[in-house]
Amino acid sequence: MRAFSYERASSIEAAAKAAASTDGAKFIAGGTNLLDLMKLEIETPTHLIDVNGLGLDRIEPTPEGGLRIGALVRNTDLAADERIRRDYGLLSRALLAGASGQLRNRATTAGNLLQRTRCPYFYDTNQPCNKRQPGSGCAAIAGFSRQLGVVGVSDACIATHPGDMAVAMRALDAVVETIGADGTTRSIPIADFHRLPGETPEIEHVLERGELITAVVLPKPMGGKHIYRKVRDRASYAFALVSVGAIVQPDGTGRIAVGGIAPKPWRDEAAEKELPRGAKAASTRLLADARPTEQNAFKITLVERMLSAVLAEARG
Amino acid sequence: MQSPGALEISRRDLLVASAATVTVAGAPSLGHSQTNIPEASTGTNVSFTVNGERLELELDNRTTLLDALREHLHLTGTKKGCDHGQCGACTVLVDGRRINACLTLAVMHEGGSITTIEGLGQPGNLHPMQAAFVEHDGFQCGYCTPGQICSSVAMLEEIRANIPSHVTGDLTAPAEITAAEIRERMSGNICRCGAYSNIVEAITEVAGRKT
Repeated sequence: MRAFSYERASSIEAAAKAAASTDGAKFIAGGTNLLDLMKLEIETPTHLIDVNGLGLDRIEPTPEGGLRIGALVRNTDLAADERIRRDYGLLSRALLAGASGQLRNRATTAGNLLQRTRCPYFYDTNQPCNKRQPGSGCAAIAGFSRQLGVVGVSDACIATHPGDMAVAMRALDAVVETIGADGTTRSIPIADFHRLPGETPEIEHVLERGELITAVVLPKPMGGKHIYRKVRDRASYAFALVSVGAIVQPDGTGRIAVGGIAPKPWRDEAAEKELPRGAKAASTRLLADARPTEQNAFKITLVERMLSAVLAEARG
Repeated sequence: MQSPGALEISRRDLLVASAATVTVAGAPSLGHSQTNIPEASTGTNVSFTVNGERLELELDNRTTLLDALREHLHLTGTKKGCDHGQCGACTVLVDGRRINACLTLAVMHEGGSITTIEGLGQPGNLHPMQAAFVEHDGFQCGYCTPGQICSSVAMLEEIRANIPSHVTGDLTAPAEITAAEIRERMSGNICRCGAYSNIVEAITEVAGRKT
């Protein structure tokens, strides 16, 4: 790990300002992904701003009838919150399907959104990777790509967003709230938060330098049946090959977001319109632009079958 | 054919050359960290409680909580397995919650209360979970055991606090202690000897239920 200086932020505004004015600065909250990457020298911040003491760890009702989740609410606390379990079961389920008990006790809401891909070529510093070292090439496309993306990918990168929580938040149309270095706040719909790789896979989200996530806001409860289904190589403590987050209403309409197949949680409202016609129609539309590799083409079939299972569960 | 003397000389030369290579290879990274970062800014004072004892340390910022416990405080019960949050051997309790000590910086725990396996129980005064692991043969090599025990103690508290898991059927019903729940909730602790079934039995006994 490279050496770095460290400060405990005293206020939200001071944290954002320090991050913008200090070269090589990064925020640290749970640290469960960042420290892992720092040990491998994939992340090499020269200054860390510890935001754990900023009090952003509450879940509060909004005037619109939704919930505002503080950026530092731990995954365990979010999954266990009575209101989340009752009204946003999809989110609880997604969180509990991710990582381990130990990691969920540390990992935060904002950090989870910003976690980086688990593409093996991103982690292997002996291999070219456009995300880790822009312009060096992508070893994954012709390599071991079974776990990697099939849609939204580019010739520069086929890495996936690895998370579960963001898939649920995409289905729920959550909104990310931030504060900038100059004190201005903004609200970013989760649909617009993560970027597709294109020619610049090293840029993964729309946050600007120094911009700090302060909360994630959920809209008012939308009822329906909440389902999170995850297929992975072992029964627990593994990243998704494919995951499906669904909210299905009694009339057969609903929302579907899919994880494990793209650089961001993958959702297409046009595909959702096909849901009453069944899983095949919806998945065909959802993956119309897919360009899988030989090794991960199975994900196309898997998405359809998982959608089918989800719709059956919703009916049952 | 070379004489033994000539061979001896070439071996010595090889050793000298190897040492020189190591020195040269090591120099750039050392120089890099010294020129880019002011020396004074890379350490931080931190005070926290470990097993009930208040401690003050001045640590290199890079020191993980795991390394602080093992290398600075010589509490070697907490084990370093993968050092990447994948195996759970480093599990300790911080403010009552189980975490991976390898994936957190010691300086991030100012004012915190840390409990390691040494704090849970000692020879002659075992924690019930330690005694149950012995009783049920919940290990073979024992390397993952401190992490397993710290994790399982906190895990039972999580169930009592009604925190659900991936296998909890009804999210709105109280969490239950079942073998399936224990297995899912302990998935962050890997045992390469494969003592899992005995570990589940030990935890089940402490939880006060039969499998």
